[in-house]
Amino acid sequence: MPLPRSFTNYVGRKLFRFLLTVQGLGAFGLITLAVILRKARIARHLMRPVIAQEVARAGSRLLPMFIFVSVALGLVVIGQSVSWLTRVGAINYLGSIMVIVVVRELGPLLAGLLVLSRIGAANVIELGTARALGEVEALEALGIDPVHYLVVPRVIGMALGTFALTVYLILGALFSGYLWAFIQDVPLRPGDYFQQLAGSLSGLDFALLALKTIAFGFIISLVTCYHGLAQPLRLEEVSFATVRAVAQSVIACILLDALFILIYLVA
Amino acid sequence: MESSAPSKEMPVIEMRDVSASSLRDQSTIIVEKVNWTVAGSDYWVIAGLQGAGKSDFLMMTAGLMAPAAGTYLLLGETMPIFDEPRLKHRLRLGLVFETGQLFNHLTVLENVVLPLRYHYDLPKSEAQEKVRDLLEVLELGPWADSTPGAIGRNWQKRVGLARALALKPEVLLLDNPLGGLDLRHMHWWLTFLEQLSKGHSLLDGRKITLVATAADLRPWKGRARQFAILREKKFAVLGTWAQVEAASSELVQELLPMESHA
Repeated sequence: MPLPRSFTNYVGRKLFRFLLTVQGLGAFGLITLAVILRKARIARHLMRPVIAQEVARAGSRLLPMFIFVSVALGLVVIGQSVSWLTRVGAINYLGSIMVIVVVRELGPLLAGLLVLSRIGAANVIELGTARALGEVEALEALGIDPVHYLVVPRVIGMALGTFALTVYLILGALFSGYLWAFIQDVPLRPGDYFQQLAGSLSGLDFALLALKTIAFGFIISLVTCYHGLAQPLRLEEVSFATVRAVAQSVIACILLDALFILIYLVA
Repeated sequence: MESSAPSKEMPVIEMRDVSASSLRDQSTIIVEKVNWTVAGSDYWVIAGLQGAGKSDFLMMTAGLMAPAAGTYLLLGETMPIFDEPRLKHRLRLGLVFETGQLFNHLTVLENVVLPLRYHYDLPKSEAQEKVRDLLEVLELGPWADSTPGAIGRNWQKRVGLARALALKPEVLLLDNPLGGLDLRHMHWWLTFLEQLSKGHSLLDGRKITLVATAADLRPWKGRARQFAILREKKFAVLGTWAQVEAASSELVQELLPMESHA
């Protein structure tokens, strides 16, 4: 029996809109990369402080929240895994579990999602409002490339910020993990625990961690800047653009994470 | 449709059969078949009722979008200019937005020095030194460290003017510069624009070409030298003030309320 026309129309429209968004994001990403490379030497006195400000905004200023989350993450992973590992006599795998769960998966993804919620959403609102109030046209009238002045600092800031915060998040979770294990009377000395961690880590983990977190920061900043800046917006449309950008960023991060799982499996 | 007499020198603005679309919706044409020549040091006012498309036409003239049809030359170069190598040519033209369109996260001083810092890669202190006279002449000194949101609309417009003048343009486009101003500020703007047109020390005494849009022609009497109107997608050059007063068009009478016509 054929599907109702209204349903196929709906699915077709959604699919078409999805493809248009992917095309737009791809083009925006390529333009941003080209601007980063071609305009690296332009207006350095102006751009350096702006970039530093964005790195601080997406990095050091979020550190208190990340310390709290890292302690909580250590508790969640250790708290759950210790009791199960003790039951099956596999407590020696605690370090390995921490590496797989925290270093490879939860740490980067959680850091990306936190940066998205704190900075990515703000990006869409700031840029969308600037767009709606005509500030982007003002930049163009002054011969200032909006992608260079507004997008590039955010992309660099968020990529570096996400990477740095993930490292802190992972370190915090690994240390607090041991603390929680110690509180639960797990018969594991600190030396053994960190030896397990070191034994489970490989050079590939470090390389992929860096790549993954920088890619998360890049994707989140790109999607949020695209929705705030790339299309004409009216003030009342900014909230819808923010919701769309956050949803698409979450999906993009999860897809990217899946891609890295494939790389781990192959490598 | 009339056209102004061609100048012997290279025209500053030259449009042939130009159509312009709306900045927000590029599929909507707001004016068609514009044939317009602006000579160096001319002082034009383009009048029209609200919604006639004056701002969009000015945005197209400023090069923020391409003409929907026709040829537009700015000082001999085809517009719009989006490519980096010809950017310097485009910066010979400045644009003042109706509401200033200031960057709200920057202070007044930072707004004014932004184009200088971007295009000449100047350190902050050096750029601020360069605009000191500009801020003084435009009476913006007391507001230098305030953000745009903290100052009145009259002053916001003046900051927009200062920002456009920071790069010392040869052509200045002004979108409804007198709109929403109180009498004192209106008088200041008219006097200052006249000084710019005749050569101001801020621009090293160089005469500047001015094109302003307006919804009311009266304040421009005796100030601007050439007038045009925009109505129902048509751009018509009226000529001098005497020709404006002589025009019997219904629109001209609407734009000259309480004035007597010949």
